[in-house]
Parts: sequence; C-alpha cells; structure tokens
Amino acid sequence: MTAAAEVVRLESTLDTSHVRARQPPLSLEAVGVSKRFGGLAALDSVDFKLTPGSFHALLGENGAGKSTLVKCIMGFYQADEGKLLVGGQPITVKSPKEAQRHGIGMVYQHFTLVENMSVAENLVLSRADVPRIIDWKKEKRELEEFMDEMPFRISPERLVRKLAAGEKQKLEILKQLYVGSRIVILDEPTSVLTPQEADEVLGMLREMAYQGRVSVAMITHKFREVVAYSDEVTVLRRGKLAGTGKTRDLTPEAMAEMMVGAEVPRASLERRELEGAAKFFELDKLSANDDLGLKVLEEVSLSVAAGEIVGIAGVSGNGQDELVEVLAGQRPTSSGSVRVDGKDYTPTRAQMRQRRVRLLPEAPLKNACVGNMSVAENIGFRCYDEPPNTSLGWLVRGSALRSRARAAIQEYGIKAPGPDAPIAGLSGGNVQRAVLARELTGEVNVLIAANPCFGLDFAAVSEIRTRIMAARNSGSAVLLVSSDLEEIFALSDRILVMSEGRIVYESKASEANMADIGRHMGGAHH
Amino acid sequence: MSASASLGTAQTEQPDSVSKLALARVFRFFESLAVPLAALLVSFALFGVFVAFTGNSPLDVYAEMYRGAFGTWFSFQNTLLRAAPLMLTGLCTALPARLGLIVIGGEGALVMGGVAAAAIGPALGGAPPPVVTLAMATFGMAAGALWIGAAGALRVLRGVNETISSLLLSYIAIALLNHLVEGPLKDPTSLNKPSTVHIGDHNMLANTPGFDVHLGLVFGIVACLVCYVLMDRTTFGFGGRIVGGNVRAARLSGLGVKKLVIITCCLAGAAAGLAGMVEVAAVHGRANASLVAGYGYSGILVAFLARQNPLAIIPVSLLLGGIGASGGLLQRAFGLPDAAVAVLQGTLFVVLLASETYQGRIRLVPRALGGS
Repeated sequence: MTAAAEVVRLESTLDTSHVRARQPPLSLEAVGVSKRFGGLAALDSVDFKLTPGSFHALLGENGAGKSTLVKCIMGFYQADEGKLLVGGQPITVKSPKEAQRHGIGMVYQHFTLVENMSVAENLVLSRADVPRIIDWKKEKRELEEFMDEMPFRISPERLVRKLAAGEKQKLEILKQLYVGSRIVILDEPTSVLTPQEADEVLGMLREMAYQGRVSVAMITHKFREVVAYSDEVTVLRRGKLAGTGKTRDLTPEAMAEMMVGAEVPRASLERRELEGAAKFFELDKLSANDDLGLKVLEEVSLSVAAGEIVGIAGVSGNGQDELVEVLAGQRPTSSGSVRVDGKDYTPTRAQMRQRRVRLLPEAPLKNACVGNMSVAENIGFRCYDEPPNTSLGWLVRGSALRSRARAAIQEYGIKAPGPDAPIAGLSGGNVQRAVLARELTGEVNVLIAANPCFGLDFAAVSEIRTRIMAARNSGSAVLLVSSDLEEIFALSDRILVMSEGRIVYESKASEANMADIGRHMGGAHH
Repeated sequence: MSASASLGTAQTEQPDSVSKLALARVFRFFESLAVPLAALLVSFALFGVFVAFTGNSPLDVYAEMYRGAFGTWFSFQNTLLRAAPLMLTGLCTALPARLGLIVIGGEGALVMGGVAAAAIGPALGGAPPPVVTLAMATFGMAAGALWIGAAGALRVLRGVNETISSLLLSYIAIALLNHLVEGPLKDPTSLNKPSTVHIGDHNMLANTPGFDVHLGLVFGIVACLVCYVLMDRTTFGFGGRIVGGNVRAARLSGLGVKKLVIITCCLAGAAAGLAGMVEVAAVHGRANASLVAGYGYSGILVAFLARQNPLAIIPVSLLLGGIGASGGLLQRAFGLPDAAVAVLQGTLFVVLLASETYQGRIRLVPRALGGS
C-alpha cells in the first residue's frame, strides 16, 4: 500500500462523513497551459477556472484542444508550460492516480465498467485500496449508506450488463463520488445516450453541483446541453482560449462564433469553373445502421455536380464515418440508393471501375491498405487484375506493378525505401500519398474523401488538398467529409452540415455563415 | 529516418538498387524461416527432455528417428506415403489462412472425400479404371469442398466462427461415415470392421513411376504447386491476400469478399477431400474407420509450420511424415510408448503457436538494404 492509497483511504473516510455535503469542493484552475506535439501547438497558453460547486461546459470543435487540456489536468500528459492550482495551491499531476489524490476524477465518453459484474462489485473494484479478501457484508452496508446520500440510486445487486446506457453513465458518475472525487471532469458523457437519458444524467450532475457535492467540468459540443445545464462556459478554438463567461450572459450565436471564429477562411487554391455541369453523384434517401443495428444514417439525400466539391461538415460521430463506409462498400445500406451519372451504383469492383468512383478514406492504413503487402502491391489494388498488369488474363505481373509504383513514387514524392517495402513501414503522410497515387491515377468521375489530411504534417496537407482541387478542376464530382471546418472551407464549393445522421444545413461556400454552421453542428436544429 | 535515407539510394543508384532489392528479398526469405526453424529446434529439445525421462538417450532416439524416416530407401518411401495426404490436408488449413480464416476441419473433409469416393467407385461397375479414378477424385473433391465450403459460407453469411464450425463439421463427418459403413453403404462381407464395398483391385491407384509409392504423392505435390501459383501469382490470390490482410481495404477495392472466402474454402476442402479419395483408392480400397487416422489434424500442424505457404508445405509434410513413419521403430527399438510421436507433434504445435508472437520481430535484413 503506497502513500497514494493511504491518502485516498483517508479521503474516502472523510467523504462518508456528514461533512461532505456542507463543505464545497476546492476550486480548480489552469493558468497559461501550453502543450505541443511535435510542431503542432495543441494548447497555447490556455486559462481555465472551475468555480467550486459549479457546472462548467468546455466547448470547441474537434481538435480545438479540449481533450488535451483535460488530459493535462488528469496527468495523462504533462503540460509544457503553465500550472495547475487546486484551492489556490499549485499542484503537479503526473498520473491519473495523482489527480485522484487531489480529488479530481474523470468520466469518459465510453463506459469503463465491467459488464458482467454487479454494481456493488464495480464500485468496490474501482477503489484504489481493494482488500485481498472483501468483507461483502460490510461493503454492502457502506454502499447502502453511500447510495442513500446520493440523489440517484442504482441497486447495488444489479448486473451492469442489464443497466440502460443512461444508468451506466450515472453509475460512472457515482463511481467517481464513491472513490472520493470532488471535481468531476466528463468527456462528452452524453454521446452514447438518448436525449432523455442525457437530460437525466446532466440534471443529476447539476443537482449535485448545486448541493455543493462536486464541481463539474464537461466537454461537449452540444449547445443545447450547455444552455440548459451549465453555469459557466469556456470555449477553445485551435488550441487557444476563444472566450469564457457565464452561460446566462451568452447566446448560442455568440458561443458558435467563439467556437468556429467569425471570419470565413478564404480559399487559396485555384478554382476553375465548369460550364453547365449536371448533377453527377447523387444519394437518394440513403439510410444505414451502425454495428449495433441502430439507425445511424437517416434518409441522407444530396447531390454533387461534376467539377464541384461538396463538403460535409459536422462534429465527428454524427454519421459521417458510416456514410463514407456505405459509399466505400464497407457497410451495407438499409434503404435508399446511390446514383452516378443517373445510373444506380453499388460499390462493387466492376461498378467502381466502370463509373470511375475512387475513395480517399481517413486512416489509410486501417481503411485502404494492407500493411504487410508492399508499396507496389498497395498502389496496384485498383488495377492488378487489368492489362498491362496481368498476363494470360489471370497472372499478376509483379514487374508491371513495380514499375508502375516506381513512377508513382516519383510523381507523388512518396518517401519509401522502394516499391517492395511493406507499406506499414511508411510514415502516415507517405501512406496517404501512396493511396492518393492509387486513387487519383487515371480518369476519376467521383471522388469521396474523408478527413484526407487528418494527422498529417503541413507539407502533406497542402499537397493532398492541391491534388483534390486538381481532381475537381478536371471534372470530378468530389464529396469531402471532414471534421475540420478550415478544410471544408478551403476546398468546398457547397457546404452541408451533418448532425445525428441527417443533413441539417446547406449553403454555398461563398455565402456560408460560420455561426449558422457552428449552430447546426451543435444540434441547433432541435 | 531510414526511409528517407534509403530513398536516395533507390533513386540515384538504380542498377545497384536492383541487386540490393534482390538481396533484401533473400534476407526476407530467411527471416520468414527463422521463427519456424527456431520453434522446431525448441520442440526437439523439449521432446529430448521427455525422452530422457523415459531413460533413453535423446541423441540415440533422434538418430534412430532419422533412420526410420529417411535412412533407407524403404523408410523414405514409408515417409513419402505418409507425406502425401499431409500435403493435401495441409492445404486445407493453409488456403483459408491466406484470407484470414483458421479452418481446422481437414479431418472432416478428408473423411467426406473418402466416403464419397468409396461410394461412387463400386457404383460405376465395369467402367474403365481411369474413368473410375477420375470419378472418385471428382466426387471426393466435391464432398470435401462442400464440407469446408459450408464452414466458409457460415462464416461470411451468418458470422459463425469458422474454426469452431469446421471442427464440429468434422465430428458430423465422422458420425456420417460410421452410419454409412454400418448402414446404407455396408459391405455385407465386412464383419469385424464395417466398411463400404471394395472398389476392386483393378481400380486401385497406380504407383508413382520410379517409387513404390502410390500416385497420391504426385497429387499432393501438384496440388501444392498449383495452389502456390494460385495464391501467389494470380489475380485471384492477389485479391485473397488483400482480404486476408485487411477486409476493409478489400471492400474499398470493391472485392467480393464473401465470394472469395467461399471459393477458397471450397478449394481447401477439395484438397482434403482428394486426400480422402487417395486413402480409399490407394491404401484401403474401401471407406471405413481407418480413414479417421488424424491426417486432417496433422495437416493443421503442417500448414502452420509452413507458414501457410503452399510450397513450404511439401518439405514440411515430408518432415512430419517422417516423424510419423519413425513411430513404429521408436516403439520397437526403445520401448517408447506408441504415443511418443504424438507427444512430439503436440509439443511442436504448442511451441509453434507460442512462437507466432515472435514472427516479424526477428530482423535479418541489414539497414543498408531497407531493413529496420
């Protein structure tokens, strides 16, 4: 038993006493926190203050730095600069365990419960000082006392597997209180919940904050939740503090503007207009289910003209991934249809080839490559079964694939030891360049790109965007799905917003209003 | 870092880099051999400990094993006889493994192939022997294909784990064999050991020219060669490798994953079914409980030792065939239990599975050749 465990035990004995409800939790403050990953500033001198007993919303787009900030507080990362104060005293947190010692706990987006164990077992398990032999009678008595003090009660006997999603999330929160956390940080706690469940969970949290049991900091991008439940809000944008204040003083429009910025980023890439391009790529009431069989795409209809880039913006997890999977043939549709040039399209090899549909998925190594096959083979996925890469019609000519790959390596500047090297050994940017070489070679009628630049360095990003724009300028219909608004604006002719599996907003890029887009991304259509 | 450094050599020293690439390929070849060879040595060492416990000298036993397997022309032919079906059942596991499926039902496909061959042989009556042989092979392969194809279809259409389903299908096949040889297909004259009707001596498979070993050996070697070309050189095999490497990438490339899996499983089953036909047409002359001799299960070991490479299956089958052939000699010369050979095979399999985690971690390619 370490000193850490000792302190936790001390605190938890304190917590079960009646003192707790009266004494508000300590304040939490982050001052001038900066964190860099390589050349990227994930956080740039950000201040954040959590008032004791308040419900604080942390708002921002994907990649704005919310998670990084929280991870610095929890000790997953060490901040490069800045300091943390609890109750005005500076602290250093090197691990989540140490954060726990300071009474800071975290609830994650996805559950961390053991499904096949009971509520009581899960709670006892979460303690830092689980005894070798557990006196269940005593534990259960104490658990009953603990539950009696809580605004919400889950029978300790119940099996976690049988709890509804909302109950599980409440149990996660109870778990934090049980181990003695007075400052609870939640990372998008409602993303796996229905709106009703979300209301219950957030209502309970606010109640507990008002009673002075905990301070709550919640990462979210749903304005509805911010407005309805939070007292204060801090908005981050691109790693910087974009604004903070009392929620009641702010309108959703003001928050949206803080989140996405007031100015529309100007596209710098050269655009060539095509005359009279007809609708070329169309989705008609396309629906699909997620892996659990829940509806994740609801009658998505859209069209992309030849020589046009249509950008789909949205907070990730609103059906964009599944939409791309459906178009890539990685997920079946439940209803609706896709048409290319007026003809029905299903993502088979023959049709992809005939209609010239190409894809640039995100995470190319996971979605578009076979890691232990060579660069040449990976570049040849689209054409290994066509002349001149075959002989006798059914033998693959490795030499043809290799010489093709050598040309692609030159043209696309792929840094690889050679065409025979396994592609998994290449850097992310070079894997994406190899996929680009494969997908953009030859005539392309429809290009579907999903976060094509995610996680890549600056040089790769600008090159890949230039190539996508070049495909558009030469007449491809491009559907760009991205959680990066800057990318959407840099490339798109038309912008759609996707939220909860539906297209909820459409605008020409030149007339797009940032605040509107931000609001719709946050679910303002409710 | 090393990637960008060697990029320079790849572009500026074109002629040199070609020979370098060839050299790198040689190194990679040895790299792929390193882990199975090490596993082989470790299991021989462990089996040596077991032998020492029985009071024998491991070195003597290994020397005797070598004699019993490869030492004389006679013992080598015995080894070849056992290697032939192992090549075919090895393919039954190796082919689906290239697509990422672990099929262990070779025994069932072999039994079904044997039963189907034994059923069609006598039914053809007075047809010329080549016709009978062809019909038996066709039926045997079709029955095996049906068996493993079913496991593949269950996998892609219903999400049933192919390892479990193929294993369970083996039990069904064995039960079916027992039912048929004791019922509908029973030869009334086979009293002690219920069997099907004998296919007739004139219909038995001829010997391989120059050997006292039946043509099954040729079937096995040809099948391995054909499968090597199929999986490593054709467009079909290329698609299969994409499916085996990353199903998502395969779907993105528009490949018919289901079709590829089912066809490959059918081919795998056909190989094992052919092994069953050979056992009937060349060894037993009829289908009976002797078909269930464990060739199907040893085939799993063969495939894993060969790292699912059809070409490597040929030498590996010889090795395991040799171990099997030496079993009787060990019993006679050292009084080792009959199961000693099974202990060696089991040790080999466990060590091999445990060594899988080292695969790809042993690096022999020098940095200058693009190794990491």
